[in-house]
Parts: sequence; structure tokens; C-alpha cells
Amino acid sequence: MFRNVAELVELAQSRNVPVSEIMIEQEMDVRSSTREQVVGQMERNLEVMEQAVERGITEDVRSHSGLTGGDAVLLQNYLKSGKSLSGETMLDAVSKAMATNEVNAAMGTICATPTAGSAGVVPGTLFAIREKINPTKEQMVRYLFTSGAFGFVVANNASISGAAGGCQAEVGSATGMAAAAIVELMGGTPEQSSHAFAIALKNMLGLVCDPVAGLVEVPCVKRNAMGASNALVAADMSLAGITSRIPCDEVIDAMYKIGQTMPSALRETAQGGLAATPTGRELEARIFGVSLDKK
Amino acid sequence: MAHARFSFSVIYEPRVHTVYIMKGGVDVKFRSVFDIIGPVMIGPSSSHTAGAARIGRVARHLFGREPESITISLYGSFAKTYKGHGTDVALVGGVLDFDTFDERIVNALTIAKEKKIKVRFIEEDAVTDHPNTARVHLKDDKGELELVGISIGGGKMEVIELNGFALGLSGNSPAILVVHNDRFGAIAGVSNLLAKHEINIGHMNVSRKEKGKEALMTIEVDQNIPQVVLDEVESLPNILQVAKISE
Repeated sequence: MFRNVAELVELAQSRNVPVSEIMIEQEMDVRSSTREQVVGQMERNLEVMEQAVERGITEDVRSHSGLTGGDAVLLQNYLKSGKSLSGETMLDAVSKAMATNEVNAAMGTICATPTAGSAGVVPGTLFAIREKINPTKEQMVRYLFTSGAFGFVVANNASISGAAGGCQAEVGSATGMAAAAIVELMGGTPEQSSHAFAIALKNMLGLVCDPVAGLVEVPCVKRNAMGASNALVAADMSLAGITSRIPCDEVIDAMYKIGQTMPSALRETAQGGLAATPTGRELEARIFGVSLDKK
Repeated sequence: MAHARFSFSVIYEPRVHTVYIMKGGVDVKFRSVFDIIGPVMIGPSSSHTAGAARIGRVARHLFGREPESITISLYGSFAKTYKGHGTDVALVGGVLDFDTFDERIVNALTIAKEKKIKVRFIEEDAVTDHPNTARVHLKDDKGELELVGISIGGGKMEVIELNGFALGLSGNSPAILVVHNDRFGAIAGVSNLLAKHEINIGHMNVSRKEKGKEALMTIEVDQNIPQVVLDEVESLPNILQVAKISE
């Protein structure tokens, strides 16, 4: 079992196999399962992701609170105008990331990657890249195993919980996971995946978890949007040959330590940050009839 | 039986649910890629909705039946944000035996009301080790159960306390819980019996509330333990109750 990214990369490179293969084999071993069982379960997760994305970019999805919904569709419509500055794959990924989180906020069915609040980044980037390179189903499933392998290291060595480590632990982790998986899908090496992960997470360090009214909506949906764009840029940088000066495992460790020193008001308690802004408090009071900090 | 307050003889059904238990030693918290890419769930929060549902469902399975009353104390982030995340709905949904992706979770409070189950939530101010902690108390005229669960992120949860006993098991391998009298030979009896059936113990923890009174063995093993072996364990001297927890 790999304990960190360095071991994961070493395992994959010494055997000349992709990171996804290491993850599949480890899962078969841990669960005493066949390859068919493990891959089959991931295929089912992929289907759930596809359905959530599809729903989010075509339906008028609205959350119970009314805080979020409909933005994925707006962006899809804007894309069709052909006027976008940041490009088709980029905005498609952003839209599909938001689509997933809008469905999540509406208590729809999603697949946590690694959490529900950060469930948009990995599928958002994947289904946007699908439009560009038309990957096989196997490649798409491998994308999820590679994401999972990196997320596995973060979950065990740091945290993937916003309450424990802030948004950097959730959308930050998801962004790194997606960046690493994009690299593998685009033909990069395991080493390049680790650099993409490091570059992506470095730019999410310190991100607090400050959901308005404690709901996984504002700013979560838009943080997934930016996570998706960050992942694409980090992957492109790494594929271009740019490396992270700080090794991936040390970035993960830095994220963990930042999370530990983050005040509780900024770790999913709706007590600080955007949640504590005048508008945040006003929305909160409107949704619950009374502000949470006055209870 | 010494602890009628908790019916412990109920066997945890294999494959229905994974029970995640306290990390110990060098074991990792997350063992499966599907802890990271998964679970498939009803939104909006993996820790506050899916993890909460799993805590409720483990309590339900260990209790073994539908309770007449549910009292849930919420701590930390759970206490601050449970309404917005549907943590209350999810915990009760779990106690009603709904899985993380079961759409009935959304209406769990209404369903509980229809079933005439008394539901009470207590927002605690006490500071706990983990920000997402819930104490679930289930009760009916036959007995009661109290379990403390923490939601550690990504929908994964751990049971850290059961009926006042601190649990010290690691990972999500098959495990058994053995309530026994705190007497010499009780532990040896169980381990010898498992050895006789060629069942290897991967991790074992013993806790007691008071010397010479009731104690709890938590034993993690490498393979599923057949019912006949459990029956044999239960018939050993000083063994009071046995429950199986499987993947």
C-alpha cells in the first residue's frame, strides 16, 4: 500500500504502469475483489456523475433555499455565443462542475469526489475533456481511479473534511486530484501528475470553509467552478514541463498544518468569512427565520 | 442477562453497511478508493448528510430494530449547521435504515412522525475532539443503545463509543464485539477459540468501565466469522454477548 505520493509515483514508474493501475490493484487487494468488481463499481459511480452533470446543464435545478441553481445553464448558453475569453474546454468544465454542485445543493443524487461539497471538480473537468478528446470508457474510469489515488493520500495524510481543514481540504483536494488525473488522461507521466497536483493545491492553500447559513451552496458552487479551472491550468502547466519546487507530499503536509491552525470560525461552522458578512447573515436570517449567531 | 438495557445479540448483517471504526496504531483511516470517489449519495454534504446517515444506520443495525424514540445530541459543526445540511434528516433517515443514496432520506423526519417515533435533537456546546460528532440514543420498551459517531469527511464515519465503552478498532475489516465479565481467562478463551477455527486476529482492543465488572473486547479479523463460531464464543465462560460487524 502506498503511503504518500512519492511512493505512488515510484510504484507506477518502476513498473511502467499508470497511477490508475496501482490504485485498481490496491483496491482489488484490500477488498479481495476481482478487477471486474472494482472497475464495475467505478463505472456505476461514473454513471451517477454523468447523470448529475446532464441534469445540471439542462434542467432548471434550484435548491430549497433558493440560494443556488441555474448558473451551469447560464454558462452553457454563454458558451454557445462563441464570445468566451477563457475557451471552450475551460468554461465547459466550469459549467459542468457547477452543474454537479447545483444538483447536490438541491438534494439530488451525486457521487462524492472526495466530498459532496467538492463533488463538481473531478466530473466537471472529465466531462469537458470528453468533448475535446473523446476518451474511451476505460480511460474515463481510469481518470477516477487516478483522482482517487491522490485523494487517498490526502485523506490519510491530511484531511478531506472542511470542518477539519477548511475548503482547501475539500475543493483544494478535489482540484489537485482532477489536475493529476487530467495529466494521466492526456498522456503525461505519474511524476507530471504529482507536479500538477502540487501546483493546483498550492493555489488553494489557506482557503477557508465559510458557507453562508451553513449550506453547501454559497460559495461552494462557485469554488468548484474555480477549482475546475485551476485544475485545467495546473495540468497544462505540468504537461508543458513546469514542475513544483515544493514536492507534492510537502504541499499536502502544509495544507494539513494550515488546516490545524485555522480558527474554528472558518471551518464549516458558518461563524466567519462570507457566512459572517452582512449579506451572508441577512440570507441566513431569511432562510431560517433567525440568524444562527443569535441563537 | 446483566445488560438488558442493550440487546447485543443482534448480528450485524453483512454487506448491508460498512461499519467504520476508530483508527488505531498505524492503520490508515481510509482504505478504499471508494471512500474517496464515493459514496453515491443524496446531497448536500458528505460529512453532514451522508456521514450522518451512516452514523444513524450503524446505530440502527446494532440496536437491531426500529426504536420508539430517538434522541440525538449534536456537537461542534454538526450543532451549528445541522439544519442547513440536513444532518438531522440524515441521522434519522439512517436510524430508519435508509442508505446514503436513498431518496426517502429527504422526508425522514416526516416518515418518523408517521411511524410515531419520538425524535429529539439537542444542540450541545461542549467541545469534542472531532468537530462533527453525534451521540445517538435509541430506545424502546425492550432496551436502549447509545453510540457516539464522528463523521470524518467524504461520507466516512467512525464509531468511537458504544454504550459508554470506548471503541478502539481500526479500519473496516470484519470485526466482532464481545461483551464479557472482566475476569481472568475471558480474553484467552475467545482468542483460543478463534485460533482453533484458524481465524487470525489483526487488531484487538479491550476496554472496561470498572475493574471486575463488565468489559468489551473489540476484535478485528482477516475474514468473515461464521455464525457457528460466534455461537461458540457466546457459550464460553464469562462471555455475555457477541455481535458481528462486517464489511
